Amino acid sequence: MIERTPILDFLTHALLVLSFVALLMPMWIVFVAATHDFHTVNQVPMPLLPGGHFFENLAAAWERGNFGRVMVNSLVVALGITGGKIVIAALSAFSIVYFRYRLRMLMFWLIFITLMLPLEVRIVPTYAVAADALRPFQGMLDFAGFSVDLPEWNLLNSYSGLILPLIATATGTFLYRQFFLTVPDELTEAAKMDGAGPIRFFLEVLMPLSKTNMAALATIMFVWSWNQYLWPLLVVTDHQNYATATMQLQKIVPGPLFGEPPVWNVAMAANLIVMFPPVLVTILLQRWFVRGLIQTDK
Amino acid sequence: MEKRATFSNLWLAAALIAPQMLLIFVFFYWPSGEALYWALTLEPPFGGDNEWVGLLNFRTVFEDPKYWNSVRISITFAFFATTLSLGVAAVLALFVDRRLPGHQVYKFTFFLPYALAAPAVGLAFRFIFSPDAGFVSAVNRFYPDLWNPALDGYDAFALVVMAQAWTMVGYNFIFFLAALQSIPRTVNEASAIDGAGVLRRMWDIQLPLIAPTLFFLIVINITDSFVNSFGIIDIISGGGPARATDLMVYKIYTDGFQGKDYSLAAAQSIVLMVLIVVLTFVQFRYIERRVHYS
Repeated sequence: MIERTPILDFLTHALLVLSFVALLMPMWIVFVAATHDFHTVNQVPMPLLPGGHFFENLAAAWERGNFGRVMVNSLVVALGITGGKIVIAALSAFSIVYFRYRLRMLMFWLIFITLMLPLEVRIVPTYAVAADALRPFQGMLDFAGFSVDLPEWNLLNSYSGLILPLIATATGTFLYRQFFLTVPDELTEAAKMDGAGPIRFFLEVLMPLSKTNMAALATIMFVWSWNQYLWPLLVVTDHQNYATATMQLQKIVPGPLFGEPPVWNVAMAANLIVMFPPVLVTILLQRWFVRGLIQTDK
Repeated sequence: MEKRATFSNLWLAAALIAPQMLLIFVFFYWPSGEALYWALTLEPPFGGDNEWVGLLNFRTVFEDPKYWNSVRISITFAFFATTLSLGVAAVLALFVDRRLPGHQVYKFTFFLPYALAAPAVGLAFRFIFSPDAGFVSAVNRFYPDLWNPALDGYDAFALVVMAQAWTMVGYNFIFFLAALQSIPRTVNEASAIDGAGVLRRMWDIQLPLIAPTLFFLIVINITDSFVNSFGIIDIISGGGPARATDLMVYKIYTDGFQGKDYSLAAAQSIVLMVLIVVLTFVQFRYIERRVHYS
């Protein structure tokens, strides 16, 4: 602090405390609503202090949303996407930085351009590909005039359908590329002189060095994959077996005009269950999360 | 930047990059190409190969007032959500950066909303702002029907803007704070010695110095409001009432998967793709040049 400004300091504190309350208020209300019974939660205005029905509501929501199964699904999918992204990003960045071939820059740009094609704008055709993953190759064969019929490989209602289309990563590749470019050449030369081939160098020199990058990327990608909503909604029709946690929220929403009176206490309990894993990860791995955010997007 | 020390096994290089290339070919380039093909063709009613129709689908899209409605709504939505979240985040970051006692607490909490899934935020806001239960419904006690997002388009629109802005405040806050902390303390101290007060320094020193971050965030926020808002819209309003919150991505989804009109959805996808490419281009070219770097 440079100067003494008691009035401004007081105003600063007031502003920050107020924003703190305002920003976290929605989460508090969700929590409070999840602790009351059906009657209390529908009162106007609703109480702002927690009641005593929290575990009851959690159990009801757990039952109704089939969370025993879908939480496992979400975990498998989120870990699958995160792991896949890290491996693929590291491998392709290694190829682009540490080998010299003519198509290198073309590859780099091909990966770069995918940044401009978010899933949401190509959902319809990507869905068609997911219904038959060999479709692009069949299309190419047809175009080239071959009358070979490839078998159909349906990704709908499967873990691979939930995971594979979301693995490719431009941001992860950049992150690794930026990092590899800062690794001193002397290290590579020394490793080569000691007789290490590229794979050995990658596994025993580059990977240990990039641990912090990996942690940052993993945290942010885990949260991102857990929160995926549109893609699982399209790929999964077998809700009993393959639904993910975020998808269940749509079922818990009451109809807009007709139907049952909204059971908000259970809905908010379900919401808490869905929110819990990513919030836990971001709180525990705060440092990595923030670092990952700032590095992957810049 | 180039590496001096490289490896020469080109087969290995190809094998290393192959998985990524395969994935982006199958799930990015092929579908984007197919979107273009579908946008230029129509499926005949009784089966058979698609018929080439040129720009007919685009004409159908552009002549549809519902489409222009969704374009207008997307742009208004992007404008309000971005302005609101960037404004709040900038003010918060400036004041947290004063580093008064306790400022660490805010650093750890303000970004939490960003970790939440869009549909979860949607569900929370739908309850809090529900017209007959929850938190805000109390206003209807005093003025009946003052607030009803299920029936009033403006209310519903305001609600989705707030939900979107709320998720992005934390994200923007982190970037602003990081930018502020990278400003050398000496700059701030020098202007304090010259007699500039705290607010004057924020306005004339700190804000101009974080301008690059601001412009970067504008583009990210606009793209996010086009793309990531799907979960919020789907849970809160389903595009309604009376298409008051029918954003472009949501319309593509309903036309493509509920209306089963792939050609129409594909044509809209192409338009959105072009829009996002232009935005990204603007980010890399135009804005970078006009912003004052320290």
